[in-house]
Amino acid sequence: MGIENHLQGDTFLVTNLEKVVNWSRSNSVWPCTFGLACCALEMIATTLADYDISRFGSEVFRPSPRQSDLLIVAGTLTKKMSVMVKRIYDQMADPKWVIAMGACASCGGVFQSYSVVQGVDQILPVDVYIPGCPPRPEALLAGLMKIQEKIRTEKLDKYPDFQG
Amino acid sequence: MSYKNIIQNIQNKFPEAVIKEGQNNGQQEITLALSEFVEAMRILHDNSDLPFDLLLDILSIDRTSRKPRFDLVYILMSTQDFSRLIVRLEAGEGEEVPSVSSIWHSADWAEREVYDLMGITFSGHPDLKRILTWKNFEGHPLCKDFPLEGKDFDKPFDPETIEDYP
Repeated sequence: MGIENHLQGDTFLVTNLEKVVNWSRSNSVWPCTFGLACCALEMIATTLADYDISRFGSEVFRPSPRQSDLLIVAGTLTKKMSVMVKRIYDQMADPKWVIAMGACASCGGVFQSYSVVQGVDQILPVDVYIPGCPPRPEALLAGLMKIQEKIRTEKLDKYPDFQG
Repeated sequence: MSYKNIIQNIQNKFPEAVIKEGQNNGQQEITLALSEFVEAMRILHDNSDLPFDLLLDILSIDRTSRKPRFDLVYILMSTQDFSRLIVRLEAGEGEEVPSVSSIWHSADWAEREVYDLMGITFSGHPDLKRILTWKNFEGHPLCKDFPLEGKDFDKPFDPETIEDYP
């Protein structure tokens, strides 16, 4: 079935630590349960059976920021809410990634107004921007695959917790 | 229907209180004077004929060039037969409007919202502070002279500037 069939007897496999860690991290990106506006509904739809985010190992939406690796900012970020989003991001353990989902999170969208933050990149380091208003679930999955690609290219000495 | 009786009732006690009365899109509407506003509202709430025991909402309208500048619209309803009454009040800029939160508790948050978004102050309100925007927000965003983009729109936003959360 899997790789174990080829590893019978005394065979062993050589790889490097970086690849193993990146492989395991990229296939278990657990997002934080956090939605702000209509994009959150598309995010929920992505988790359901039709689109099935668990194919990518991200079905476990954690209710606690301590257990999550990925913050999907799904929706319009108002200035009053930005304090909470920053706090949730700060509470997440390293390594962590951020997706700005939709036009509002990416640049403020149609809300060019006094109450809306004009893009979450003003307060958080964003890894992937997803255009759309709201983006289709396929777009979110594409964004997730971009994150996975990014994780797979990360270097050991660039890990935030690296002590060399 | 006894709208006429109630309005008559108010006029008997406070001859100056009712400025205008009439129909607005099939709804009974009266305009009250600022000087005897609370007393007239108390009669609307307390009378035994048709007590308006529910304050559904308070609206405020910024009419900029007109004097007085603001219109306050109180939407009252009676749970007896679900009839509605629209009470209108005209208030100038910087003028204090007496609070009706001692009559209807629902006026508490509604008046805070009006204060927050239009800057009309209510005298006698138990806790008049902003309800939608944050504590140190400058200006009142639904006023017609408020710039849509607000202050420092072209600069990066810093969440630290919001003082609501310690």
